[in-house]
Amino acid sequence: MPETIVHGPAVPDTHANLAAVAHEEGQHHPLKVYFIVWGWLFVLSACSYLVDYVGLRGYPRWSLILLFMLIKAGLIVAVFMHMVWERRALAYAILLPMFAVIVFVGIMAVESDYTVLIRREYFAADK
Amino acid sequence: MTDVPSVPVRSRPPGWRGIVADWSSDQRAFKQVSWKKAMMWIFLLSDTFVFSCFLVAYMTARSSTTIPWPNPSEVFALHLFGQDIPLILIAIMTFVLISSSGTMALAVNYGYRRDRRMTARLMLATAALGATFVGMQAFEWTKLIREGVRPWSNPWGAEQFGATFFMITGFHGTHVTFGVIFLLIIARKVLRGDFDTGRRGYFTSRRGGYENVEVMGLYWHFVDLVWVFIFAFFYLW
Repeated sequence: MPETIVHGPAVPDTHANLAAVAHEEGQHHPLKVYFIVWGWLFVLSACSYLVDYVGLRGYPRWSLILLFMLIKAGLIVAVFMHMVWERRALAYAILLPMFAVIVFVGIMAVESDYTVLIRREYFAADK
Repeated sequence: MTDVPSVPVRSRPPGWRGIVADWSSDQRAFKQVSWKKAMMWIFLLSDTFVFSCFLVAYMTARSSTTIPWPNPSEVFALHLFGQDIPLILIAIMTFVLISSSGTMALAVNYGYRRDRRMTARLMLATAALGATFVGMQAFEWTKLIREGVRPWSNPWGAEQFGATFFMITGFHGTHVTFGVIFLLIIARKVLRGDFDTGRRGYFTSRRGGYENVEVMGLYWHFVDLVWVFIFAFFYLW
């Protein structure tokens, strides 16, 4: 595919100057890495299922669910989606906006807390 | 990326100074990243916001209702071998999707080794697992609808349960379905040797490459990633 040139003379954007075969760059990693991550994803999923199966409640349950979820998400993004091998400029551009989501979650947590207080206070029928 | 002279990236400083250097002045920010990959990432970022909005809406609905939320552990239990096993179908769906993520990662790897048949075979396996997932989801929806779950009511508790359930799992299932369709399309291209002969795409008239498999993989892993969050917040919480 044609690439934008940063410095140097412009090359006409035609397909003719591209090799018929795809460029050789890309993500080359040993298969072992994928199998290890794959195995861990299975183990972590089993762990989060066990949290429900053994019937943990309250904060132990929530913190374990969040822990397993974050490790799984991290492994998928980092290894399966190759984010650890990408340039930092791309990784930060994609990952930093997630903080906006976390802020949004915080705002709505406060808001729903307020809503439920008002409902308990004024809508006796809901009790 | 062709043999076009580009910025000598190795001479750039590491860490934050490197990020600033990459983004400053009139130049291409994502060096060594093809546009198809950059655009897929940007699409996935926007899709993340969409799913985040659904999950935040679910959180808001669940934590602001005064009526008890139906217990997902019981709602999604299946009666198997003479006993109720909690969440068993969802657990199997999770394992199916993770398996498909693994086969996809391997497909990308074999693609860069230019192993046409193995790549296509692994992509078809991924598509089959994805279709299995959607099938199990259809089974789950049927079961819940028979039990009386509607977007506006359900037999067990807070009415918002049905609306959030159908919205979130439906949107995710749609993503899986489209993923399966595109997996089949790309697998056909791989099998036909499009990425070896440089055959032009029907719609784009451009030559593809084995990087297309990686970009497809990004989307597929994202679908698995979203399920990780749905599994944690909707089914386990």
